[in-house]
This record gives sequence, structure tokens and C-alpha cells, in this order.
Amino acid sequence: MPEKILFKYIDEPGQDTIKVYMKNGGYTALPKVLKEYTPDQVTDIVKESGLRGRGGAGFPAGVKWSFVPKDSPKPKYLLINADESEPGTFKDRQLLERDPHQLIEGSIIAAYAVQAHTGFIYIRGEFGYGAKQLLRALSEAEEKNFLGKNILGSGYDLTIHLHRGGGAYICGEETALMESIEGRRGLSRVRPPYPAIVGLYGCPTVINNVETLSNVPHIINKGAEWFASMGTRKSTGTKIFSLSGQVKRPGNYELPMGISLRELIYEYGGGIFEDRELKAVIPGGSSTPILTPDKLDVKLDFESVVEAGSMLGSAGVIVMDETTCMVNVAWRLTRFYQHESCGKCTPCREGTYWMLKILERIENGKGESGDVELLLDICNYIEGYTVCPLGDAAVPAVRSTIEHFQEEYDYHIRNKTCMVKGKPVFK
Amino acid sequence: MNTMSLSKESIEKLQELKDKFPDRRTAILPALHVVYDQFGYVGDEQLKEAAEVVELPYVELAENASFYTMFPKKPVGKYFIQVCTNLSCALLGADSLVDYLLEKLNVKLGEITPDGLFTVVTVECLGSCGSAPMMQVNDEYHENLTRERVDELLEEFRREGTKKGGPPS
Repeated sequence: MPEKILFKYIDEPGQDTIKVYMKNGGYTALPKVLKEYTPDQVTDIVKESGLRGRGGAGFPAGVKWSFVPKDSPKPKYLLINADESEPGTFKDRQLLERDPHQLIEGSIIAAYAVQAHTGFIYIRGEFGYGAKQLLRALSEAEEKNFLGKNILGSGYDLTIHLHRGGGAYICGEETALMESIEGRRGLSRVRPPYPAIVGLYGCPTVINNVETLSNVPHIINKGAEWFASMGTRKSTGTKIFSLSGQVKRPGNYELPMGISLRELIYEYGGGIFEDRELKAVIPGGSSTPILTPDKLDVKLDFESVVEAGSMLGSAGVIVMDETTCMVNVAWRLTRFYQHESCGKCTPCREGTYWMLKILERIENGKGESGDVELLLDICNYIEGYTVCPLGDAAVPAVRSTIEHFQEEYDYHIRNKTCMVKGKPVFK
Repeated sequence: MNTMSLSKESIEKLQELKDKFPDRRTAILPALHVVYDQFGYVGDEQLKEAAEVVELPYVELAENASFYTMFPKKPVGKYFIQVCTNLSCALLGADSLVDYLLEKLNVKLGEITPDGLFTVVTVECLGSCGSAPMMQVNDEYHENLTRERVDELLEEFRREGTKKGGPPS
């Protein structure tokens, strides 16, 4: 088994308590940072490690931190994005439920690096258990003075609030998340200005994903070089792959970046459910284009997945077998984006609505010739014409299923029924 | 009518939220959670009361409540069953899980069973894709569901829910 960083102790009973976390080497990076490093040095170490954002975009974390202006008289904020809502992704939930201190320690170090004195963990509203776990962990950390005033005598102060969302996918988008914390409906903001300059309450703000921040204590303890030695040259470290769908052993797998899709599905995931044939895979959460079985040898790192025609995204790998109707997949995911569109940008609000209408009629045997072209046309008018990535994210499910499986659309429209027989049944 | 009012405990929580953050408006979403935790839904009357406690205009709470889908705006059953029907769950039979529940409880989607115990709705991804199919009941996740497990759970809820006082909402 390859070396695990984030999941090393995830199955150990009590790892969610500060006692066991510390027994396993936790909260050793924080004192080291406060004693030995300036904030800039911390940022440099994270930059050198090559750590890239695990929320989906893959932006280098240290570089993001370095954008925060040092001479700004305004307070700075750290936002911890735990609004995990990308269909097919369930890694952050496990990290924050089972090893909350790893996240909190990483967050404190990040806050110190950008000199923020207030942080918010924005956790999706449905994660009730996760919220309880984090609240308890935050108060444990406060008791030990890892949080609060004059942390470990360093003169550095930090408060972290836990903020629960209300069931809106869009609030995982960084600017909508800020609107949400500010007590407004979660509508995305136009960028620039970027959050590092004008973020929460109009102040410089850094926002990072749970998995990204959970890596930070380990990078401090073992060094940037050690971290960069794992994975590929441009996608360093490990990645938690959330494997779901029609696969024998679904679950979260922490593996080095660059492992092949085939290894993930067949070696770790045990192969396809009921030994059926593989039909398609979504490699990076529902917002990424599907891949067909001829791409099974693609390496799962940020660059290689793009070369194969998709994106690593949140690494939510959804496996679909031969019994899956691809029109149904497109309909289901479009329903999601239509439901979650915040409504601010016309192309996304109206585009997802019309795509859903068309897909619904194809599904219901009322499709018309020309519907496929119409769908592709709408895709072209959404992509690139919206303020935030939600519009772009709604396109791949439709466009990539047409690209690879247009015969299923045509069959549906011509024969008023599905080309694939049999629906999944829960037993 | 007293049962419709905020409890002493909720009022205390709201008062604590009022000046907790750099900007008072940040208390809005946490305030919605306080209301939801007490009532199991977020109605206009409760929002008006909560707005007074946190000293913010009612309309600002209402505009938030109408945006966030996890808060029902009307009363629901004591056991609010939310079934994920997004892709990963659907691939393992979530649609037929919904049918099974509706048939078993003899209720339509979104309605309350006559005994007041159950409401079933479908929701989007709950971040439990590796343990599909699944459902959330009130604040708890129930994963890797089978017919047998669903039967057990419903039985358990029925037993608990018909006891005096009912379950914690």
C-alpha cells in the first residue's frame, strides 16, 4: 500500500479527540511554525511543496496565500471551505468527522501565514454530525491554547467560527460562500477583484478546501521536499479519490497523484458491480466530462486528466456500467444544476432550465429531431458566459454524453424509449 | 399558541449570536438553524420572532430562508426523510428506494402521513455517494440501505414516534 498522509490514522478509534490526535504526532507542526518561522516562510514552504487546491480548481495554495497584501490596514480572513456538495465527492466529510484536528491545525497554520485573526469553517448544513465533531474539536483546541489569544505565548491571536450552510451547492463557490457568511443569498460575485484583495466583509481573504488545509501540518513536519516527492512533478502529494457508483468497493481512497484510473477502479474498487461491463466514468465530480473505457489508463493528476479530455476536479470518481442510460445521466445531472443555479446569470438560470425541459421530453418519449443540436447550442451559450463556474459545470454532463453516446439520444428520440434495458433496483 | 413561540433556550442562543460576528448579518444563517432545530421547519411567524431577538429586519431573514433549501417552510412529519436521488445513489437504486418508502408509508412525496410521523422528499447529493443508497432522517444519515434496513428503521421510528413526547426533532 502506498504511503498515506491524511488517512494514516483515520480508522484509529479516538483519532477525532485531541488526546489521540496528539499521541499520533498532532499539534507538533503548530508550535514549530510559531517558534521557528515567519508567516512568509510558512507560505514559501507550502509553495515549494507544490500543494494545489483540492476543492476542484487545483490552484497552488501557497501562491494563493502570497496574494494577500501585507500592507493592508484591513483585517484578513481565512475561510475553510467544508461545503462539500459536488455530486460524487465525499472525502471532506470523512476528514472532518474522523480527523477534525488535522484540519484545525492546518487551518491555524494557514491563518498565521496570512496573518488572519478570524477564520470561518463553512460546513454544509446537512453535515450535522460533522458540525458537532468540529465544534467539539474547536473547543478542545481552545482549551490547549492552540486557538484563542496569544497562542502558545507567541502573541498571535486566532478565533475560528463554525458556520453551517443551508443546503445550497452554489455556496461552495468562493464568492457565494462569502455572500452567505455575510448574511445574503448565495449569489456569486464578479471577479476581479479576487478574494485575496476584496473578500469577506470587503477585506483580504484566503479560502481553502478541507483536504488542502489538512495536508499543511504534514508539509511543515516533514518538509516541502518530502511532499513534492510524491505524486507527479506538477501534481504533488496524495489525493483522496471518492469512488462511487457501480463499483464493488466504493469509498474514499488516498493514493498518490498520478495513479491510473484502471488501478483505482479495478484494484482498489474491486472492479465493476456484479461483474458487468464498464461503460463510462466521471473522473472529477459531476461537473467534469465523462470518460469512456478506452481512457482507463489515464493517470489521475491535474494535467493528465485534462489531456484525456476531462478534469480531475474534486476527484469524485463515478463509475457507470453497461446498464446505465446516458440520457438519464444527463437529465439527472442537469436537474441538479438547474436546481442549484443561483439565478444571477441568465445563461445559467435559463440555459439549465431549457436543457432540463428538453432532456425531460426526450426521457419521456417526446423528443423531437433537432433536440440534440438544440442542447449543444444551449451548451455553447452557457459556457463562458456566466459569472461563476456553475454555468460551465452544467455543460459537460450534456455535451460529453452527446459526444460519446449520441446514438442513445437518437434511439430515445426515434423509438420513444430507452436503448438500455433495466433500471437499477435497490434490494 | 405557546408551542409556536421560540423557547427560552432558542432565544438565549439567538441573543448569543447577535454580537458574535464582525457583522451582525452573519448571524442570519445561524439564526435560521436555531429556528429549524426547534420547530423542524422555518415559518414566517418564527422568523419574525427571531428577527426581533437578533435585531435585524424580518425581510433579511426571510430572503435568506427562501434561498436555502434545507429548511422546510411548512411543518413536516416528525421524521423528515430526505432521499438522495443524485447520480451515485441513483446508480444503486435510489429511485426504487423512494418508491418503496412511499408505498410502505402510503403517502405522496412531500406530504405528511396521517399520524403526523413521516414526510418523504427527494434531495440532491448529500455527500454520501460511497455508501449509496442513503437517506437523511432529521439530522442523521442512514447509509448502505437495503429493504430490510429500511423496514427496521421505519419500525423503530414508529415505535419511538408514538411514545409520549415523540422524538427529538
